[in-house]
Amino acid sequence: MGGRDTDIVLLDENGIRSDGRKVNETRKVTIKAGVLKNANGSAYIEFGDNKILVGVYGPRDVHPKHLSDTDTGILRCRYHMVPFSVGERKKPAPSRREVEISKVIKEALEPAVMLKEFPRTAVDVYMEVLQADGGTRCAALTGASVALADAGIPMRDLVAGCAAGKAADAVILDVNNEEDQAGQADLPIGYMPNLKKITLLQLDGVLTPEEYKQCIEIGIDGCNQVYEIQKKALQDKFFSNGEKQ
Amino acid sequence: MSSERKRHVIPGEVITSGPYRSEQNTIQVGENIVSTIVGLSDVHDGSVRVIPLTGGYMPKDDDLVIGKIVSHSSLSWTADINSCYAGMLPASDVFGRDYSSSSDDMTAKLAKGDLIAARIVNADKTRDPLITISGRELGKIDSGELVKISPNKVPRLIGKRGSMIQMIESSTNSQITIGQNGLLVVSSEDPNGLLKAIRAIELIEEQAHVANLTDQVNEMLESKSE
Repeated sequence: MGGRDTDIVLLDENGIRSDGRKVNETRKVTIKAGVLKNANGSAYIEFGDNKILVGVYGPRDVHPKHLSDTDTGILRCRYHMVPFSVGERKKPAPSRREVEISKVIKEALEPAVMLKEFPRTAVDVYMEVLQADGGTRCAALTGASVALADAGIPMRDLVAGCAAGKAADAVILDVNNEEDQAGQADLPIGYMPNLKKITLLQLDGVLTPEEYKQCIEIGIDGCNQVYEIQKKALQDKFFSNGEKQ
Repeated sequence: MSSERKRHVIPGEVITSGPYRSEQNTIQVGENIVSTIVGLSDVHDGSVRVIPLTGGYMPKDDDLVIGKIVSHSSLSWTADINSCYAGMLPASDVFGRDYSSSSDDMTAKLAKGDLIAARIVNADKTRDPLITISGRELGKIDSGELVKISPNKVPRLIGKRGSMIQMIESSTNSQITIGQNGLLVVSSEDPNGLLKAIRAIELIEEQAHVANLTDQVNEMLESKSE
């Protein structure tokens, strides 16, 4: 909310945003599943200018041993931004923000993954942000759920992520970095489209109850759009050649 | 939609709704039966299951697996069976009931790095699966080439009632031991046969989802047989 570039026009008179999108339009999302050979599952996602690589390892032995649970497998997530992912060099050590995002992504994925089937094991999800442009937590979450499906971890549903927010007094979908910095609110949503359940909901900024409802509504709509791309990524990897359904 | 018996599904996708039993890799959500993995749905005799296209090996009772000894304690060996759980091979399985840790040398029988063909005796997930090497076709593997494929493609490699594997074995004059965990040992007197068998296995691994795979493999085996 700092508003570094106060002269930037977030929304012009025709309802077009600074990067040419309409208010209810997401950025271009592309996902490719199965990009890493050494990982059990992986995905590469481009969410506008965000570029994130996700690797999933496991189920595998838990180290350190005391973390293992005899009743269920455990999920461990690491969200990390590489030093060159932002304009000024980011120190590679995990920051407070990265620890927080790792935690919320873990909690957003947990309702979907069925780790009861693998007691005493761990599933590790590593998300490396190669280039950041606002909304990386949603993008990382989206990519992580594709990578988990690629690894063959049983899941109740995929989790799609997309943010809604408010900038220049208008409710907008998929907030980018500029709009996040100079805008009024950012509301990331993680959503399971088939079960119709929200698994991640955060809010930075101020919204009226009416705006909040609108944000949730278009945010879920955005998640549904992202879900279609996730679905396509998995279909492309597993069903692209050979007999079609 | 319901007219198709087998469909490609991804996690969360509704396979069917109605009075069906939800079996492997599916869950019941209200009226619907939903897939939990990427695979092929199979509606059969009132039950629904999904054949996985990805994922690791889960030990099952009576499976034949190929493992590699990674360590041993005074009472048992630990074998890597290409799964998230390690196989436990008790020393008494090899030395008999009168095994004593002071008089018998475990490394003399099986040392670290040795390959074994083993059968899973007991696989509940509360402890590591128990394996045995006493039985026909089981025991230490002395010769052959180790090939690794995805465990999900093992049924495809075997084929209907073993048709695929028999075809490869007979036309390349080789013996193939298949572990359900995706590890295979190919052995043959004839080096060319060995190479060809491995190539055929690799072809199946790559093309596992394609129909008429048997014909394709057959063609490949015959084309280079001159």
